[in-house]
Amino acid sequence: MNLLEILNLDISFPGRAGRVQASYGANLEIKQGEVLCLVGESGCGKTILALSIMGLLPQNARINGKILFNGQNLFSLQKKEMRKIRGREIAMIFEQPASCLNPVLGVGEQIAEAIRIHENCSRKVSRKRAVDMMGLVGIPSPHRRYCQYPHEFSGGMAQRVMIAMALVFRPLLLIADEPTTALDVTIQAQILDLLESLITQFNTALLLITHDLCVAARMGNRVAVMYAGGIVEKGQLNDVFKAPGHPYTQALVKAASNEGLVSIPESTELSLLNSGCWFHLRCPLAQEICTQKMPKMQGGVCCHLC
Amino acid sequence: MNTRSGILAGQEGSVRSSSLKNRKGPCPNPASLSGSRDKVIQVKELKKYFTSGLFRKTLVRAVDGVSFEIGKGETLGLVGESGSGKSTVGRCILQLIQPTSGEIFFNGANLSKVNNGMSALRKNMQIIFQDTAGALNPRMKLYDLLLEPLTVHGLVNGNGTDRVAELMERVNLPLNLMERYPHELSGGQRQRIGIARAISLNPEFIVADEAAASLDLLIQAQMLNLLKNIQSAQGISYLFISHNLNIIRRIADRVAVMYLGRFVEVGKTEEIFNNPVHPYTQALLSAVLSIDPLAPQKNRLRGEIPNPLQSPAGCRFHPRCPQAESICSQVLPPPKKINDDHWAWCHK
Repeated sequence: MNLLEILNLDISFPGRAGRVQASYGANLEIKQGEVLCLVGESGCGKTILALSIMGLLPQNARINGKILFNGQNLFSLQKKEMRKIRGREIAMIFEQPASCLNPVLGVGEQIAEAIRIHENCSRKVSRKRAVDMMGLVGIPSPHRRYCQYPHEFSGGMAQRVMIAMALVFRPLLLIADEPTTALDVTIQAQILDLLESLITQFNTALLLITHDLCVAARMGNRVAVMYAGGIVEKGQLNDVFKAPGHPYTQALVKAASNEGLVSIPESTELSLLNSGCWFHLRCPLAQEICTQKMPKMQGGVCCHLC
Repeated sequence: MNTRSGILAGQEGSVRSSSLKNRKGPCPNPASLSGSRDKVIQVKELKKYFTSGLFRKTLVRAVDGVSFEIGKGETLGLVGESGSGKSTVGRCILQLIQPTSGEIFFNGANLSKVNNGMSALRKNMQIIFQDTAGALNPRMKLYDLLLEPLTVHGLVNGNGTDRVAELMERVNLPLNLMERYPHELSGGQRQRIGIARAISLNPEFIVADEAAASLDLLIQAQMLNLLKNIQSAQGISYLFISHNLNIIRRIADRVAVMYLGRFVEVGKTEEIFNNPVHPYTQALLSAVLSIDPLAPQKNRLRGEIPNPLQSPAGCRFHPRCPQAESICSQVLPPPKKINDDHWAWCHK
């Protein structure tokens, strides 16, 4: 059985010229212990999808569809029930760790606070667990650094603190939204190694959101490629990157490998997409049917011509 | 400065030092050009120290003695992680920050001795910034942003619509965006404005400071294509500053790798990527990820970049170096020639 299933998810927001669709009928599945990479450019809706799983969408979002977590539809839960799941069974880490941490509290105290919110334990016990977790994520001298403030940590170390906070309850699913984009290349390598070893150890599933295909190639079992709110291709990562089916995936893979520089036209505003395939305005292979009808997902590729 | 936009960080005042007087004779300049190509930029022993702390007593050696040259139509890639000083080097060359010591020559003219003439020289030396939103005045339309450099340097009087349209075509910006504000444009479009502003004065030299860093993969590819085409058409020299080795490999003719304010390795791009000699360069290259999911994982560099306020003695890299010996913690390594146009600063 799938740990997480997203079924026909539509998310839209009010815009200046009508509603803006951030997700068109998204369908995704993640199994226990699996790593699924969600890949796409800025503005394609990856973060919105992640926030919808966490139940953190803005009030004005209009949602249709279901998200099943362990068989349970998250949209049908009360706020109180969702709070028990958020942070404990499904956790999330973000791109800029410094802006996620409270600047006036010691980092260790923030991890301990997260522990006490979900479990009824003393400050002493929560402190010990926080220190143990800081050691597990590779923060040197965790006892001493427990009381240090976020500004005393480098980007890589702050991200380790976020990972500690997210994994302290060994969640079933971890969502990582561009966790290494803001980090230097050697630190990125360390953080990805750390994530890989911890999720293997805890058998945690990982939904890794990134615009960097090389990060996806490093981490993922499966991949889903998103464009303008729609999932255009998904499948086993090895297969998709070796032989991409959708023209957009082909362009991304060519740009990410050192085969030379590919040029396709600039992205279009979402509100201009009235009908047809999301990608037809930029697609080098677009035909008449592409402008009229939305393609269906077949064999992992969402394209009229594939 | 000729541009309102592009406010820079790090304006903490400079400390005049007498390091030039204490130098013992000229040092070899490994980053100098072989052959007789015209030298557009020559940098000699550039240093920039910032002061920090309550009484301004702590010294941050952001750039601690770098020398290099850039020829006409050439791209020198400057690679390094946070705190390496690469952005500071770019800004010192353009005199946006006053160097602490060292000499910078542009087409043979010593920039530290040019006082009132700097304004005229700026037509020939431009910069493209990383932060596409922060570099543009949010209250100016695209038309005004592109016209501004031309107006400031007196290259256009009255109606500049034709000049602006021509610039927009050169960088593939649709003409219907002329009346838009920066916040109404995508990151890629804003970066094109940055490039258009930089090339509008037909400069000979451009510093691209992490110009492609905040862009998506496909837009990055377009941007690099555009910069290469402009270079072929106009013979512009670039100093391309980036921490992204994949980008550097595609655009740079030669590469200089920086760590904590000093060069560690310099050479032709393919030579550096195929035959890195310095342990830091090797570590950087081994950390670069590949699109191939089956690529083997390589050895990782441990530890974090040290605080620039407490730079290690001797070779800056020795605390993290897997091959460090006792001499590395005591003496700065001299440059060693590996072959023509490939040098490394390492005791081994």
